[in-house]
Amino acid sequence: MNNLTLIVAIPFLAALFLAFIPRREKDLVQPVAMMATLVTMVLAIILFVRFDAGAEGYQFVFKAPFAAAVGIFFHFGVDGINLGLILMGSIVGFAATCVSFGEIKEREKEFYILLLVMIGGILGSFASVDIFMFFFFHEFALVPTFIMIGVWGRGDRKNYATFKITIYLVVGSMIALFGLIALYLQAPEPRTFDMAELARIFRENPIGANEQNLIFPLLMFGFGILVSLWPFHTWAPLGYASAPTATAMMHAGVIKKFGLYGLIRIALPMCPTGAQNWLYVLAFLCLGNILYCGFVAMRQKDLNLLIGNSSVAHMGFAFLGIASLSLIGITGAVLVMVAHGLLAALTFGLSGYLYNRTGTLDMDKMGGYLHGLPFIGSALVMAMMAGCGLPGFANFAGEAMVFFGAWKPFPIITTLAVWGALVIGAVYMLRAIRKILHGPVNEETFFSIVDATDWRQRAPFALLLATLLLFGFAPRLLTSKIQPSAKAIVNMANGVDARIATAASLNSASDDDAK
Amino acid sequence: MILEIAVVLLGLGVLLLDLWTPAEKKRELGLYAAVVVAGILGGSFLIDAGADPRYAFGGMYVQDGLSLFFKRLFLFSMVIVLVMSTEVVHRIKSGISEYCALTLFAGAGMMMAASSNNLAMLFVSIELITVTFYVLVSIQRSQTRALEAGVKYLIIGALSSAVMVYGIALVFGISGEMTFIAFGADGALDAKNCLAGLSGQYAGNPLFLAGVLFILFGLAFKVAAFPFQLWAPDVYHGALAPTSAFLAVGSKAAGFALMLRVLFHAFPEIAVDWSTMLAALAGITILYGNLGAIPQRNLKRLMGYSSIAHAGYVMMGVAAVSAAGQSATLCYLGGYTFTALAAFGVIAIVSRSVGDDDISSLAGLSRRSPFLAASLTLAMVSLTGLPPLAGFFGKFMLLKAAVEASAANTAFYWLIAAAVFGVIVSVYYYFNVIRVIYFSSSEGDDSEIEVSQPMKLVLILCVAGMLVLGLYPNAVVDLTVSAVRVFTF
Repeated sequence: MNNLTLIVAIPFLAALFLAFIPRREKDLVQPVAMMATLVTMVLAIILFVRFDAGAEGYQFVFKAPFAAAVGIFFHFGVDGINLGLILMGSIVGFAATCVSFGEIKEREKEFYILLLVMIGGILGSFASVDIFMFFFFHEFALVPTFIMIGVWGRGDRKNYATFKITIYLVVGSMIALFGLIALYLQAPEPRTFDMAELARIFRENPIGANEQNLIFPLLMFGFGILVSLWPFHTWAPLGYASAPTATAMMHAGVIKKFGLYGLIRIALPMCPTGAQNWLYVLAFLCLGNILYCGFVAMRQKDLNLLIGNSSVAHMGFAFLGIASLSLIGITGAVLVMVAHGLLAALTFGLSGYLYNRTGTLDMDKMGGYLHGLPFIGSALVMAMMAGCGLPGFANFAGEAMVFFGAWKPFPIITTLAVWGALVIGAVYMLRAIRKILHGPVNEETFFSIVDATDWRQRAPFALLLATLLLFGFAPRLLTSKIQPSAKAIVNMANGVDARIATAASLNSASDDDAK
Repeated sequence: MILEIAVVLLGLGVLLLDLWTPAEKKRELGLYAAVVVAGILGGSFLIDAGADPRYAFGGMYVQDGLSLFFKRLFLFSMVIVLVMSTEVVHRIKSGISEYCALTLFAGAGMMMAASSNNLAMLFVSIELITVTFYVLVSIQRSQTRALEAGVKYLIIGALSSAVMVYGIALVFGISGEMTFIAFGADGALDAKNCLAGLSGQYAGNPLFLAGVLFILFGLAFKVAAFPFQLWAPDVYHGALAPTSAFLAVGSKAAGFALMLRVLFHAFPEIAVDWSTMLAALAGITILYGNLGAIPQRNLKRLMGYSSIAHAGYVMMGVAAVSAAGQSATLCYLGGYTFTALAAFGVIAIVSRSVGDDDISSLAGLSRRSPFLAASLTLAMVSLTGLPPLAGFFGKFMLLKAAVEASAANTAFYWLIAAAVFGVIVSVYYYFNVIRVIYFSSSEGDDSEIEVSQPMKLVLILCVAGMLVLGLYPNAVVDLTVSAVRVFTF
């Protein structure tokens, strides 16, 4: 059991432990869950610090058979790409457990079991080097999401939302699964699901162009649906608006990054030809996210729907970075994924805090909250500023890198995206700040708000903000680790290795001719 | 052979014991029988599954890794079904001992089916299963719904048996052979004295092909696959929960054991030719089962449609005509056994305490019994085919086999599309059950539901089985891969 395996195992072990706690001991439930996620987070930070950016390949590797006869292993490992995601996931996991303390007042035991399964599942997915396990762990979140929204969710449309989110996610994952199996079958016998191994095989013997053109769109749309790629995004805002705070934080922040991670880790390097042919489609669709969902966000009256739509819009930047197929663009996309995860968790956490005090998120019924909420209000202002890409927050660093990377292949799309990020984002974020925090005091709800005073309430928000600022002022902490791993992927995706190989064989062929 | 004999003797013993057991103690007969069957199951592990196949009765009967795999599956389901029967004792007027004995006889029939190496043996074992089920299905003599179910099962069963006998007659009449596969003294295939060797030369003979097709139709009835799937919802609805459970897991698995043997031992060349047709049957079955399940209000009816859908999924593995497909079939059936038994177990308990088996009767179950709620939820998730449960890994293996087959046969793309569509549709109706369990509260009674210790134990066993097959299937995959080696000869 190394550090990484413990990060994945602890949430599950805690969930199992909670399942055997008698029902009357309900004061024990939240502290156990909080301790488990705290330990996970500390371990993830240690992992992040101890990670050696110079070393090649995966570090902290753990391998045990799952179904060895078909080449599936519990194979965990980290490189620069998933390191940041694991760190982000464990921080958000801890924050989500903290904010649930005041919110979940019935059937706590079930709630925390489901939340821990969700956290462990997504961390396992990010940590997996095996394609099967990567998919397998992601699906752990599906049933918890369904039950959490249905039982502890809010709003009168939650029944509809549960089915919508579940069916969308199953559609996306089934398509992606089909693509992954097709990919696996392209390798020669004895077959393996090992990402590193498959990458090596496909670098030496690339998949045929026809197969690539079939597999890549399966992965792109399958993963795309899971990341709420426009026009398959409608599940996301509604689902988040209906979910309890912790679920929305985990889902919008962490679980949604699964699809992006899959695109970067699997689709790009293993189907480079398919990527070349299909990525311009992705680039156009990501404009749908940035512009269309941005406009939709502007029209929202409900704070959660606004945040949900803006979170969908932010996914567009990650897609654009992926579509750019450049080193700086992909590095930026990974940075956006980490930054957005923290940001989405922060904003949903804050809106959940408000909802639990006032019972509404209708922005017309809010106003002047900054008078009563010095801590929460300032955190919300900072989150909103980060959301419209203010320098100093990690989001700015990531988005700027994405734009630099995407400028060369897609100048027009990038121009529109920059406009969308700066103008549309600023319009809805600033408007929300004015309505909620400034402006005249709305007496209907104002007197029910109480600021967070206790460390337990402040810790999650302070932690998320601090991390956002840390990576905003020192993005190098992440990029220096992402870049070497991203470079290998970009080289494979651009066919650099293959081109060198063909050039070498051409040279030798012409040498033969000369003789 | 010893396993079947033990089960039959146990059945007779139960009938005899009935004479000396006082009425108030009869309820426990099922439990004692279950313990003995569990002992037989334990004993089956003394038999070496990896040994060379052994034949008996002039090659009619075979003992190999495949038959042992299925026999253990059947013994396990018998244990669970017998324990479950104690939950429905109050509904059976004619006595629990007959119910247990008939269950054991049906189980013996399934075990014989798993060992059949001859068309006559196939027919006899199928009839042993079917005839006992006619009685088991309609054992609640005072209930019109049970009688209706029995009559429907009888009519369609008799029809399919007739079709099958006709098929057997055609095959025998043309080839003069009934044995699936036989090996000479030197270990090579005895091509003159078995269908495996002869069927290749008749692969162009329309009458012979019609015969094979009819046999397949007969088996389609057992597994509830298109075109003989109509009976399943009515019969599952009308029968007692343990009977429906045994139909779903035992009878279906026996049908697939025979289908594998018939296709890949007796008619291997024809199986290759018919891959597309089998894929079409699988696709239609998947669509029929899943679409039919959407409007269902009754849990057992829902399980009836779902069992049709699952027959379709399993047939995907058969249609792939590959070792990967065959081992996926076994994997899936293994997972389905645990899953369906858990689901029916909960249904039996709930319908005893609520007196109804509509989906709405599950309302408030998460408060009345968190254990039952969690078990049924896990079963539903596993039936949908989501990680980390057995259903997902089985579906994954089947899908893998189908994608592999699609490289050579583009018809499989349609099959994959149908299967993916089926899974998505099934999310709706299985999750609807979860919704009722967790989201809605019961209007009237909110008291805790009592679960007897033996029932609790078997439910834990089933849930553990689902989790092990889903989380750590290494050993099971190895087992299925070695079991289907019998098909390479």
